[in-house]
Amino acid sequence: MSRPTDAAGALPAVVTGGVRRGSARHSDVAGLGRARAGAFVAPALALVGLFLVFPALWTAYLGMTDYRLTGLSAQAPNFVGLDNYTDTLTDPAFHASLRLTLVFVLLSGVLGQSLLGFAAAWVLRTTNRAVKSAIEFLVLLAWIIPSSVVSFLWIALLDRGDGTLNAMLGTEGMSWLTQYPMTSIIVFNIWVGTAFSMLLFSSALASVPPSQLESARMVGASTWQQLRDVVLPHIRGHILTNTLLITLWTFNTFTPYLLTAGGPNHESEILPVYIYKVAITGGRLGVGAAISLIMLLINLVIATVYLRVLRERK
Amino acid sequence: MTATTGTQAQGRTTTGAPPPGRRRSNPSVGHFVGTVLKAVLCAVMLGFFALPLLWLATAPFDAAPSLSVSWPQWTLANFRTMVENPYALGSLVNSVLLSLGVVVLVLTLGSIASYALSRVVIPGRDALLYALLLLSSIVTGTAAMVPTFQLMNQLRLIDSQVGVILVMAAGVMPTVIFILKDFMDTVPKSYEESARLAGAGPLRILWDVVVPIARPGLATIAVWSVVQVWGNFLVPYILLRSPDKQPAAVVMYTFYTEGGQPNLALISTFSLLFSVPVVAMYFFVNRKFGFRFHGGIKS
Repeated sequence: MSRPTDAAGALPAVVTGGVRRGSARHSDVAGLGRARAGAFVAPALALVGLFLVFPALWTAYLGMTDYRLTGLSAQAPNFVGLDNYTDTLTDPAFHASLRLTLVFVLLSGVLGQSLLGFAAAWVLRTTNRAVKSAIEFLVLLAWIIPSSVVSFLWIALLDRGDGTLNAMLGTEGMSWLTQYPMTSIIVFNIWVGTAFSMLLFSSALASVPPSQLESARMVGASTWQQLRDVVLPHIRGHILTNTLLITLWTFNTFTPYLLTAGGPNHESEILPVYIYKVAITGGRLGVGAAISLIMLLINLVIATVYLRVLRERK
Repeated sequence: MTATTGTQAQGRTTTGAPPPGRRRSNPSVGHFVGTVLKAVLCAVMLGFFALPLLWLATAPFDAAPSLSVSWPQWTLANFRTMVENPYALGSLVNSVLLSLGVVVLVLTLGSIASYALSRVVIPGRDALLYALLLLSSIVTGTAAMVPTFQLMNQLRLIDSQVGVILVMAAGVMPTVIFILKDFMDTVPKSYEESARLAGAGPLRILWDVVVPIARPGLATIAVWSVVQVWGNFLVPYILLRSPDKQPAAVVMYTFYTEGGQPNLALISTFSLLFSVPVVAMYFFVNRKFGFRFHGGIKS
């Protein structure tokens, strides 16, 4: 949440392989029959097909035109072949945005959310109940409150004039969002998204047999050794799931736009914001479509890895 | 907190003391350091996660709300400001409309489809489910914003709430089908058999037998969809033009005073009112069905 709360909800973490199961028991008790079953599935598939699959496929074609939002080529777009793709792939602005996205995903998602989420889950196991539920409640709130609201909360916190952070640190007049735009959106995204990792890891840790931890402690293993030798082997699968989902969500989040709008001077222009600026604000739909396709392909790679891993685990 | 820290540290030192050598003393020192680290981490997390939220708790009730957190001069006048704003309540109504539209569409089409997929093996069914799962994660609002905008432009559905509902419903549909199919799989078949013997048709069986049993699943997925739609900024931001059609998530960013400053009285109260429904819903469903460890409620 999103993070990551973009239109197409992300991969459901709930899913535990309805794909694999199921074929064992398929007695058609309601007497549907294949034809009628097809008719039952059709409307939902039509909706998905028209408003989700078609746009995705169409991106490939749109990316090969000089389509613009206004002007002459809005009426009659020309086919420009792979120009948009080669232009994009050689455009320094695109490279810069891709690099920022990489930093953003690595620091705020893979490292920040996962580590903080794990640390929270690990520590909260043995914390007293009041502190535990207070922390859990706050972390969850950050995750559930709509992204427009949390963005504004952070704008208020980091404001140059009378933001709370400046008042606390005595750094009057410090404009965090323009001085440290990347750091700001990274910390912001950690704040928003840690809940997922925390929840996932606390259920993962609950699956580690207490007896094993106990005996590790008996032979004098340090916390670090316990984590490495007892906990890690048990939760390896969860770590993978977590990392891949977080990567996908962080990569696709548009919320930082609400904090910095990609600025100042493109310094926090991660890929989703870059596409928005090129295509919608700048009106260059063709180029925007080309970048979208690149983004879809990156998503495809991440998701495929995820599904692979999920299958192997079963 | 301090109490536990104290006893634990003490308990450790009495068993480990007196420490004759370095090796012996290590565990207890390590343990002490561990306890301190733990306390520090808890304190830091509490501060880190509470700090931005404080503003939402104080500003709406402050007679002169500013961006900084301060003890408010209690008043409810800000709520009047909000009610009087021409777009505030309207946008919340819009948010409700969009959420309801998506939920109704997704639950009807999704449950019919997932029921059929659960009961009949259509050729390529497993591949289809796999493809849906893949789709839901790669075609995100951000990655597909350009072609979606373009498509809606061609269909003349720009600035139409129906258009927004269709796009968002399509976005959540794959996940809905996928999860609902799992729920449908768990509905015992014997009920359906007897209903069929009594002469009920498939739709009748679905409505009268399967839906009531699968209610927790339907509720879960309904809440999940509402949360997705309620907070969605990008899709309505791109597809809607007129301010009176915008949902709360977008309208929030238009609340400025004549001087060009954010209208804090309005924004703070509005934020609170906008957040409460989803937060309440989340904790309600969580208490009732306890599905939070699945983590699927919010992407």
